[in-house]
Amino acid sequence: MEAKEHKFHREEGFPWKHILGLFLSLLLTAIAFWLALATHQPPALVITIIVILGVGQLLVQLYMFMHFTESDDRAWQVPALYFGLFIVFCVVGGSIWIMTFKSIVA
Amino acid sequence: MHGVVNWAVHFFMLDEGPLIWLSDFLIICASLGILAVLTKFRLWKWLWDEWLTTVDHKKIGIMYMIAAILMLFRGGTDGLLMRAQLAWPNMHFLNADHYDQIFTTHGTIMILFMAMPAIIGFFNVAVPLQIGCRDVAFPYLNAISFWLFFFAALLFNLSFVVGGSPDGGWTSYPPYVENQFDPGPGENYYLVALSITGIGTIATGINFLVTILRMRAPGMTFMRLPMFTWSVFVTSVIILFAFPVLAVALALLLIDRDFGSHFFTVDGGGAPMQYVNLFWFWGHPEVYIVILPAFGIFSEVISTFSHKRIFGYSAMVVSMVAIAILSFITWVHHFFTMGAGPGVNSFFGVSTMAIAIPTGVKVFNWLFTMHKGRIEFKTAMLWAIGFIPNFLIGGLTGVMLAVPPADYQYHNSYFLIAHFHYVLIGGTVFGVFAGLYYWWPKMFGVLLNEKLGRWHFWTFMIGFNVCFFPQFFLGFMGMTRRMYTYPAGYGWGVVNLISTIGAFLMGVGFIILVYNILWSARYGERDVTGDPWDGRTLEWATTSPAPHYNFAIIPTVKGRDAWWLMKQNGESINGPKGVPFRPIHMPNNSGRPFIMSLFFFILGAGFVFQWWILAIIGFVGVLVCMAQRSFEYDDSHYIPVEEIEKTEAAAGRL
Ligand code: HEM
Ligand SMILES: [Cu+2]
Repeated sequence: MEAKEHKFHREEGFPWKHILGLFLSLLLTAIAFWLALATHQPPALVITIIVILGVGQLLVQLYMFMHFTESDDRAWQVPALYFGLFIVFCVVGGSIWIMTFKSIVA
Repeated sequence: MHGVVNWAVHFFMLDEGPLIWLSDFLIICASLGILAVLTKFRLWKWLWDEWLTTVDHKKIGIMYMIAAILMLFRGGTDGLLMRAQLAWPNMHFLNADHYDQIFTTHGTIMILFMAMPAIIGFFNVAVPLQIGCRDVAFPYLNAISFWLFFFAALLFNLSFVVGGSPDGGWTSYPPYVENQFDPGPGENYYLVALSITGIGTIATGINFLVTILRMRAPGMTFMRLPMFTWSVFVTSVIILFAFPVLAVALALLLIDRDFGSHFFTVDGGGAPMQYVNLFWFWGHPEVYIVILPAFGIFSEVISTFSHKRIFGYSAMVVSMVAIAILSFITWVHHFFTMGAGPGVNSFFGVSTMAIAIPTGVKVFNWLFTMHKGRIEFKTAMLWAIGFIPNFLIGGLTGVMLAVPPADYQYHNSYFLIAHFHYVLIGGTVFGVFAGLYYWWPKMFGVLLNEKLGRWHFWTFMIGFNVCFFPQFFLGFMGMTRRMYTYPAGYGWGVVNLISTIGAFLMGVGFIILVYNILWSARYGERDVTGDPWDGRTLEWATTSPAPHYNFAIIPTVKGRDAWWLMKQNGESINGPKGVPFRPIHMPNNSGRPFIMSLFFFILGAGFVFQWWILAIIGFVGVLVCMAQRSFEYDDSHYIPVEEIEKTEAAAGRL
C-alpha cells in the first residue's frame, strides 16, 4: 500500500467530470422514463430512442466514471471492453434469437 | 386495538402453528444469549473495533466463512426437513405450502448465502497473501461487500418468522411470482435480498479483478500466479459480467410487483419467458462462479499434498479461460422445454457439451499431478480425491441433460436434482471443506484435527452418495422435483427412504465438523511455523495468522510456486538480511460500511413491505454515508518501523 509501490493516483482539483457524469446519467434515465410513461408514440419509435439513450449512457459511464481513456501501465480496459462487447452480443443477440419463437407460436 | 393485535399476530405469523413458535423461541433465546455473553464479558468494544469496523481482508474472510457455515446449517436443516417429509409415501409432516417455502429458501440460501460467501471468503483469506500484497485494492469497498451480504442474508432469513417466506423456487419464475398469484411480502424478500447481496458481489468481483491486475508482488507475472488466484481472477470476470444481468431481471420483477408494471406478467404485453431467459443468462455463469474457485482449491491442495508442482499449468489456465467464455453461451440448457425450436436447442446443446472438454483437461491434470507424487492423505487431500469421482458423475449426467430430446424426458425430475447436487455438493461443498482444512491454520493459527476430519469426510462422502445416487433412479421412475408428497404404489417409497437415511448421515458429518472446530479451538495443534503442510505458495511464507500487514517487506518472486523456490534456495521471505523496514501504509478501519449496509437493510425492508417512508429513510441514510465518504481525506495510517520490528522479531524473522 506504499504510495510508490502502486500506481494509483488521487484526482486533483474539483471532480467536475464525475458531477457532470452523474447529472448526465440521471438526465438520460429521466428521458427514457418520460418517453415510456408520458408520451404516446408508437412502441417501435420509443424502443429505438431508448436503445440510443442506452448507448449514450454507456459512453457516459465509460468516459466520466471509468476513466476509459486513461492508463499508466497496461491498458487492461481494451481487452475488457472486447469481452464486454462479446457479452452484450450474447445477451442481446442471443435473447432475440431465443425469443423469436414467440412470434412464430403466437 | 383488536385490529392491531390481529395484524401483529398475522405479521409475526403466530397463527402459523408450533413450527414458527419454536423458531421464534429459538431465535429469541439465541439473540439474548449472544447479547448476554457480549455484555458479561465486556466484548462490545472488541466486537466493534476488531470485527464490525475492520477493513482487513483476513478478518473479512473469516467473517464470510463463519456466515457461510451458519447458512450451511440453515440450508441443511431445510434439506433434512424436506427429506424427512419425502421419506415415505403420503407423509404429512409438512404441508404443501410449507414444503414450497422450504425448497425455495433451501435453494436460495445454499447458492446465494452459503456457496457465494464461502468462496468469496476464500478469495479474502488467500488471494492477497498468495500474490504477496498487503490488502485488496479497495479495502473499504471490501467491507461494504461483506456487510451488504450480511444484511441481505439477515433480511432473507427474517422472512421465515416475519411475514412469510418466498415460495416460488430459487429460480422464482413468473407468472406465478407476480402479485396476482403470489401476494404478500414473501417473494419481495427474495427479490430485495438478492439485489442487495448482488451489489456486494459485483463490488467483490471488481475488487479482486483490480487486486490481481495491479497489486501483484514484483516478479509475480500472470503465468506465475498460484492456481487458486488464477481461478479467482477468472471468476471475478464472470461475476462482473453475469451479476448485472441478474440485477436487471430482479429489478424488473420487483417493479412489476411493487409498482404494477407488466414486464413479466401474462397480460398487458408482458413476457414471462423473458425473465427465464435473463435469469439463466446469470444462472449458468453462476454455477461456474461457485465451481471454478473450488477447482482452484483442489489444484492447490492436490499439488501441495502430492509434493509436486501442478501438472500442465498452462493447460489449466487455458481451460479455465475457455470455461469462462463458454459459460456465457450455454444458458438455454436450463429451459430447452420452453420450445425455442430445433436451431436454438441444438446450438445450446452442443455448446454445453463443449464445456466437458476443458473440464476433462483439468481432471486429467489433477490425476497426472498425483501420478508418481508422494501423496499425503491429509483431510484436505481426501476431499480433493473424493471430489473427482463425484464430479465425474455430476458432469456425465450433465452431458446427458445437455441432449435436448433426452432432456424433454428428465427435465425437472429427480434426475436433475441428483445431477446438480452432485456438482454443487460433490464440487463446491467438497471444495469448501478442502479449503477449510487446508487454510484453517492460516486463518486461526490452529490445525483442525485429522482424525475427526477423516470421520467428517467419510460420513459425509458416504451419506452424500447414499442420499443422491438413488435419486437418479427416482427420476427415471417418474418422480418430479418440488413434489411435496406422493402416493404409495409407484415403488418410490423404499428408494426415498434410502435417500433420506443418506441425508441424515450427511447431517452427522456436519455435526462432526462443528465438533472438530470446537475441539480444535481448545485442544488443537497450534501452527507455530506458519507452514504446516510444507506449502508452495506465498501464504505459507508468513506467520499463522499473518500479521496485520501480511509482509514486512514485499517479496520478490522468481518463479512459479514462489515459496517453494525460496525454501529450496534457503531464502527468507524478508529478502536478504539487513534490508531495513520502512513504515507501512495501511487503510483505516471504518464503521461506515456497517452503518451504510444497515441503511440498505432498512431500505430493503421498506421495499419488502411497501412501507415507503421506511424506504426513504433507508435511502437517505445510504446517500448520507456515501457523501460522508466522499469528503473523507484522512483514511489511512502508517505502521511505525518499531512495531514492525517487534512483530517480525516475535515471528523469528529478523
Ligand atoms: C444436506 C445436504 C442437502 C440435502 C439433504 C438437500 C436436499 C434437497 C431437496 C430435498 C431438495 C428439493 C427437491 C424438490 O422437492 O424439488 C433440494 C433442492 C435444491 N437444492 Fe439441495 N440439498 C442439500 C444440499 C444442497 C447444497 C449444498 C446446495 C447448493 C450449493 C443445494 C442446492 C439446491 C437447489 C438449488 C435446489 C432447488 C430448489 C428449488 O427447487 O427451487 N442443496 N435439495
Ligand atoms: Cu447451466
